[in-house]
Amino acid sequence: MDITWYLVLSALLFAIGAVGVLVRRSPLVILLCLEMMLNSANLAFLSFARSLGDQDGQIMALIVMVVAACEVVVGLGLIVAMYRRRLPLDVDEVRGLRG
Amino acid sequence: MVEVAFFVGAIGALGGAIAVIGLRNPFYSVLALVVHLVSLAGLFLLLHAEFVAVAQIVVYAGAVMVLYVFVAAYVGNVDEPLWEPIPGQRVIAPLLGLALFIELSIAVLGTALTSLESEGPTIAAGFGSPAAIGQLLLEDFLIAFEAASLLLLLAAVGAVVLAARRPDLDDQGSRQEAEA
Amino acid sequence: MSATTFGWLILAFPLAGTITIGLTFKLLSARTAGWIGTGAIALAFLSAIGALVKLLEFPAEEQHLTDTLYDYGGAAGIPFDLGILVDPLSVFMALVVSGVSMMIHVYSVGYMGGDHGYHRFFAYLNFFVFSMLLLVLAGNFVLLIVGWAFVGYASYALVSFWYRRDTATTAGMKAFVINVIGDIGLVFAAILLIKELGVTEYLAVFEQAPEHFTTNEWTIVAICLLLLVGAFAKSAQIPFHTWLPDAMEGPTPVSALIHAATMVTAGVYLIARTFPLFGLAPTAADISAFIGLITLFLAATVAMVVTDLKRIIAYSTMSQVGYMIVGVSIGAFGGGLFHLMTHAFFKALLFMGAGSVIAAMANNQNINDMGGFRKSLPFTFVLMTVGALALAAFTGTAGFFSKDEILGYAAERGGMYWAFAIGGYIAAFFTAFYSFRIIFRVFYGEKCEEAQELERGQLAHGEPVNPHTGEREDNEVGFPGEDHHIAERAWPMRVGMAVLGLGALFAGYIQVPGVDAVLENFFEPVFEESPLYAIVPSTLHSWIGLGVGSVLSILGISLAYYLYIFAPGSTDRIRERFSGLHKLLFNKYWFDELQDALIYRPVLAVGHFANDVFERYVVQGIVVFFRNGVGGLGDTVKAAQSGFVRSYATLVIAGFVGLALYFLITAS
Repeated sequence: MDITWYLVLSALLFAIGAVGVLVRRSPLVILLCLEMMLNSANLAFLSFARSLGDQDGQIMALIVMVVAACEVVVGLGLIVAMYRRRLPLDVDEVRGLRG
Repeated sequence: MVEVAFFVGAIGALGGAIAVIGLRNPFYSVLALVVHLVSLAGLFLLLHAEFVAVAQIVVYAGAVMVLYVFVAAYVGNVDEPLWEPIPGQRVIAPLLGLALFIELSIAVLGTALTSLESEGPTIAAGFGSPAAIGQLLLEDFLIAFEAASLLLLLAAVGAVVLAARRPDLDDQGSRQEAEA
Repeated sequence: MSATTFGWLILAFPLAGTITIGLTFKLLSARTAGWIGTGAIALAFLSAIGALVKLLEFPAEEQHLTDTLYDYGGAAGIPFDLGILVDPLSVFMALVVSGVSMMIHVYSVGYMGGDHGYHRFFAYLNFFVFSMLLLVLAGNFVLLIVGWAFVGYASYALVSFWYRRDTATTAGMKAFVINVIGDIGLVFAAILLIKELGVTEYLAVFEQAPEHFTTNEWTIVAICLLLLVGAFAKSAQIPFHTWLPDAMEGPTPVSALIHAATMVTAGVYLIARTFPLFGLAPTAADISAFIGLITLFLAATVAMVVTDLKRIIAYSTMSQVGYMIVGVSIGAFGGGLFHLMTHAFFKALLFMGAGSVIAAMANNQNINDMGGFRKSLPFTFVLMTVGALALAAFTGTAGFFSKDEILGYAAERGGMYWAFAIGGYIAAFFTAFYSFRIIFRVFYGEKCEEAQELERGQLAHGEPVNPHTGEREDNEVGFPGEDHHIAERAWPMRVGMAVLGLGALFAGYIQVPGVDAVLENFFEPVFEESPLYAIVPSTLHSWIGLGVGSVLSILGISLAYYLYIFAPGSTDRIRERFSGLHKLLFNKYWFDELQDALIYRPVLAVGHFANDVFERYVVQGIVVFFRNGVGGLGDTVKAAQSGFVRSYATLVIAGFVGLALYFLITAS
């Protein structure tokens, strides 16, 4: 199986994640789609690692996982805080920074 | 054989992805993402990234998704209204996604990446094994390793600060306190 | 000390006076400021005498001394320096200006007593004298223009001295605007001279002009006509004369100084100074002389009819300056300047006397309300009569010799210049008439209330009102205030008047035809190049002229005596019979109305157009267009700040897509 399949799959998953970020309004689901985009990047990294025979790609994927975990933690903390303060859980409603 | 495994994993990943963005109930979306992650872990195994695959299942699908499940349960079901306040968003977003996919595909399938036609170099035994990963982490990528742990600490502190209960600001928390 | 050093001192003392009074006015008492001002002018007069003495030590050919304080090195491409020219003409003018100013300062110390703006008055007065001296002592055209402009400003400041009075400020502005029109003419003349000759210094210009210009070439005629614009605006000749009667709004010493003795003579000085240029452009000189003739005639006719005391004297000034202009334009330089000097004496004297009379009348200036002051104002009466006699060119007075010198020269020159002689003599008859009109109306006849009060020892006090509009005023600074002084009670006024009276009586004896020719010889170094200067009427002709003048003067006085004393009331009957003519004269030939319609209203209309149309639509339109443009741009950018996170994300993804497209295209 050559790498192009994996890479095209990764691109497709990335695009689906992007569409999800733009279309959904619940912050929770947006975070999920963000995770999906990160995972597609991971897939690309690992494909290249396999094709080049270099394990640096795998290390990169691990670090990306760590970063994704941190980001999820902070994002979910935000959602919890929003819920606690009775703010509507809708990114279109939370627009106090409009110019 | 490998192709079958690839397609199984790919279909699982794609199905999970589409379910994430398609399902109305966010709880179901979370579960769909778990499926997506497990499929991806299978694909990682095909790419000789054993350690990463297991880390994906244990850390990502295991810990991070559990966190999501907790929060989804805490927050409950929020119905998204049907009406779109941003004009044209429902049209532009899929179009942009399609454009993105096409461009990336062109980039991948274009002549610049002809070297990927073959399977690549023969890889050594122990490629992607925990021992090899560990050795790389502690030798070549030590700083990245340490930085990552620092980042985790920061994230933990940040989450505690963000989600801490503040009696003067919280409506939810103070009401619960009054009831208790 | 050399003559030029004295020349600088002449300038330095009044300038020091004005600066001193200006800076220390809070510390000085009023009278001290007055005496400081007077002292400064007295020192200037002494310096002028010193300059005269030193100048006469030189032989005649060398009596053109220049001195430079600072060379500007051709700044802005115009070669000029801060330099003065000391020659007989400038020393003569300096003596007349400083001498008469000194007497007027002495008079003012008494007259302006009690005025709230006393210090300011003397500061301005000193500044005026400084400017006038700068004008006459300047050695190049640029410094002349500087002095000219300063004099215009000083006259504005002094005419609108009582600044809260609307009529005074309007009159001041009118004087200033018309003066500025003259300034423009003068500046353009200087520009043309620089363009043609490349030099601004008098001596250099007069040397190069005959070589550069042919006679009556249009450039030199244009230059001279522009100089005339300047001269006529300052000297109040038609058509630039309308400011002079209105300028009587200023205090009487101001009228005496500026509008009798010094500023209005600046035009005469200018024409005399630039006589080589006028010699090259006889057309311009003739135009100048004719305008002078018209002015002297028309002004004399108006003076016979108007009823405001100061205005009669103002029109008289206009007329007499007309004589001087005629004199220096037709070549009677000595005569014109002699008349300048004698006129300074008797006109200033007449104004001073008028000040005393008006003070007795509690600031009422209408001669219809006056009468019978002979007993109550004896000193004023005697001196005003002296002044009137000199004005009427009565035999033996200074005015007698000076006026007839001009007219005799005109007759001697012959040809068309006889018109000037005849016109001048007829106007002399009118002059004699109206000068004694003043005397007989004010001092003879039925005693008015104020005269009766004064005889009882009580100086009349009226309500503070504007004498022309009757508007109520108060006694604070900016208005004349309640103090008014008559000569009989203020000794400085008497001193000033007495000295000038002596001048009016005896100054004529320096130029008695056939006996002495002090001024003629004195001016020879200046004017000898002009062929016109050589024309000297023979003694016989001069005495014939003097005889004619005497007869006319006596006739005029007798007519006035008849109409006002012998047959009182006859003027009313004459007025009724010739009511049309009277109306024409009383309205001053409607010159003010003509200027209003021809010049003021069109310019005002242009201004309104500029404001209502151009400013509102074009200028504002452009500004608003840009404002809206920038605002619109801002609004467009603001639309992107919607606050929707998903819009921002869309933009990010769209940007990435575009970037990827770019890289794909460039890579292929």
